[in-house]
Amino acid sequence: MVPISWYLILAAILFSIGVGAFLIKRNVVTIFMSIELMLNAVNLTFVAFAHMWHQVQGQIFVFFVMVVAAAEAAVGLAIIISIFRTRQTLNVDQINLMKN
Amino acid sequence: MNPNSLWLIPLSPFLGFLINGTVGRRLPRPLVTAIALFFTAVPMLLVLQLWIFMKAAGAPEAIHVLCGPWIQITGFTVPFGIAVDHLSLIMLAIVTGVGFLIHLYSAGYMAHEEGYWRFFAYLNLFMFFMSILVLAESFLLLFVGWEGVGLASYLLIGFYFTKDSAANAGKKAFIVNRIGDFGFLLGMFLLVAHFGSLSFNEVFASIATHPEYQGGFLTAIALCLVVGATGKSAQIPLYVWLPDAMEGPTPVSALIHAATMVTAGIYMVARCHVLFDRSPFALGVVAIIGAATAIFAACIGMVQHDIKRVLAYSTVSQLGYMFLACGVAAYSAGIFHLMTHAFFKALLFLSAGSVIHALSGEQDMRKMGGLRKRIPVTFWTMTMGVFAIAGIPPLAGFFSKDEILYQTFVSPNPIGKLLWLVGLATAGMTSFYMFRLWFKTFFGPERFDEHPAPADHAHKDAHDDAQAAHAHGVHESPWIMLTPLVLLAILSIIGGWVGVPAALGGHDEIGHFLDPVFVAPLVVAVDGEKAGHGLELGLAAVSVAVALLGFFVAYVFYYKRPGTLGKLAATSKLYPIVANKFYIDEIYNVVIVTPLLAFARLILEVLVDGGLVNGSGKLAGLTTIGLSNVTRKMQSGNIRSYAGWLAFGAACVIAVMIFARF
Repeated sequence: MVPISWYLILAAILFSIGVGAFLIKRNVVTIFMSIELMLNAVNLTFVAFAHMWHQVQGQIFVFFVMVVAAAEAAVGLAIIISIFRTRQTLNVDQINLMKN
Repeated sequence: MNPNSLWLIPLSPFLGFLINGTVGRRLPRPLVTAIALFFTAVPMLLVLQLWIFMKAAGAPEAIHVLCGPWIQITGFTVPFGIAVDHLSLIMLAIVTGVGFLIHLYSAGYMAHEEGYWRFFAYLNLFMFFMSILVLAESFLLLFVGWEGVGLASYLLIGFYFTKDSAANAGKKAFIVNRIGDFGFLLGMFLLVAHFGSLSFNEVFASIATHPEYQGGFLTAIALCLVVGATGKSAQIPLYVWLPDAMEGPTPVSALIHAATMVTAGIYMVARCHVLFDRSPFALGVVAIIGAATAIFAACIGMVQHDIKRVLAYSTVSQLGYMFLACGVAAYSAGIFHLMTHAFFKALLFLSAGSVIHALSGEQDMRKMGGLRKRIPVTFWTMTMGVFAIAGIPPLAGFFSKDEILYQTFVSPNPIGKLLWLVGLATAGMTSFYMFRLWFKTFFGPERFDEHPAPADHAHKDAHDDAQAAHAHGVHESPWIMLTPLVLLAILSIIGGWVGVPAALGGHDEIGHFLDPVFVAPLVVAVDGEKAGHGLELGLAAVSVAVALLGFFVAYVFYYKRPGTLGKLAATSKLYPIVANKFYIDEIYNVVIVTPLLAFARLILEVLVDGGLVNGSGKLAGLTTIGLSNVTRKMQSGNIRSYAGWLAFGAACVIAVMIFARF
């Protein structure tokens, strides 16, 4: 029996990698992938806790997260493509339309 | 007589103040006059009734009207109440009687002034506070009246508030009096600390039952009270406000700065005589202050050219006399002089006002002269005043002044004889400067300008309204001004006869009238009867001789050979010093006012305004700018920096959750 803390540590590491990549990387597609990584880290904790408590809700939440992530990926990719078309770049440092 | 009607004495003028002060602006002048006069006539009649009641056989020596507690703290109560005894009765009679006459006079004098209603509202307010002061049964209520007359005086001195000098004079009076009030307040605190009471009755009864209370803290209390009295009664060192107070309208000078308010200090010392009797040191201080002020102010009065300023310094000097009387524990002599002085000084001021009125605002005696034939009624009434104050028998001033000089001479005070000499010299100087004023104003060649330019006119709006009676040129005042003059002249002649001493075949009625109040002053050891009448008569003869000498000197220098004194003055080194009032105002300016202003500027402008106010403003501004600079950086529009802040925030939340154990 693997103790719960292992799962949680793994999830934390994955999440941190996601966050770190999100902050460091410039390519918007890579950033997108790191978001997925963070979501997976969260999913992992959900599953781990669901297993520990012998309850199903955690796993159901995982499905929700996956659904939302899929939707996000679809919308996000569409946005990325349209940005690339207008600005000819995927470097987030140059995508600062929100700044005034 | 219903004791509760006592309340009407102060409340009636207050009502007049309320009516004139609120709606007076919209009322026609005759109605304003009627209101002001009516509400001052009522207390006068009440006092008359009171007088008859208290004179009647079997009448109580004092009437107390208590209205329950005023301030109530554990172990300390101040009752709210008023009381009348023989001392306050005399004061009340002076305040209401002379006050009413001056109201009457003002109706004529102020007839052409702007703010007529305002003037009468202030006058009535003054009467209200003055009667509160006199009627008070506790130090605290006395203090209320004390402050109130200060306020009314401030308002009235600064009546012509568009004139800088008047506004400044008002402020000066107010501020100088505050210094005195500080002493008064300290005295009250000491009274509370030692007696746990501020009621006259309780404090004096407590002293009476403790014969071991001598000097010590009583001296401290008495000296604090004296500081207050020197402020209100314009004694050294706080006399400087009174001459400046002449900036107010002349009736104000007469009412406040001669007849009533400035006597409050004398009244207070007399009222607290029980305290002073136990402290020979405090009494000595009072006597020395009084004598010094008397001669000092008389010196300055001798060389003034402004007719009202001569009278102002004369008032300061005469108040010094009253202080001197109190200082040798001859309280009834002091009160006697207070009364006669109220008559003739009010008369002198009002006649001076009439002269000024006749000359359309001219106050400089160098531009008067020869007015005797032009304004005969004013001349004759003023003559009575001049003779009365100069101490020519049998006019009022002679008896009261002589009583003071005699009491000073026989007092056990170690320097009593010296004080007497000072008083005597003052009497001679008083006679000199009063006759100087008399000769310069009414005799000799006419030096005034017959048709002064309207710009010089003190009555500002003056003659453009169809006032036929008030035409240009020298003219006698209307009857409404002359009536008070005549009445006061009569009082100045006969007013002293209530105090004719036994030595001159009288009964000293005022002294006996006041006996119940000044029961057995401990300090006075020498009895008049014991010293014999010979001494008293001799001293009286000396003072009459001195008064005549003053007359003679003035006669020679200002009537017979005018100009000799001018030459003498031109060569003298002393003259400019005296003429400039010993530079006291300038010294005060350099020693006190300027450093105080500089200090205040340092505190207020540099520290408070520059440091505290501006500093805090700048600090707030800079903080906001700094914070906004930081937060502005967060709003970069850069997705990753948003995410970074988000992560940082989340990390902070987690840290708090872990370490603060929410």
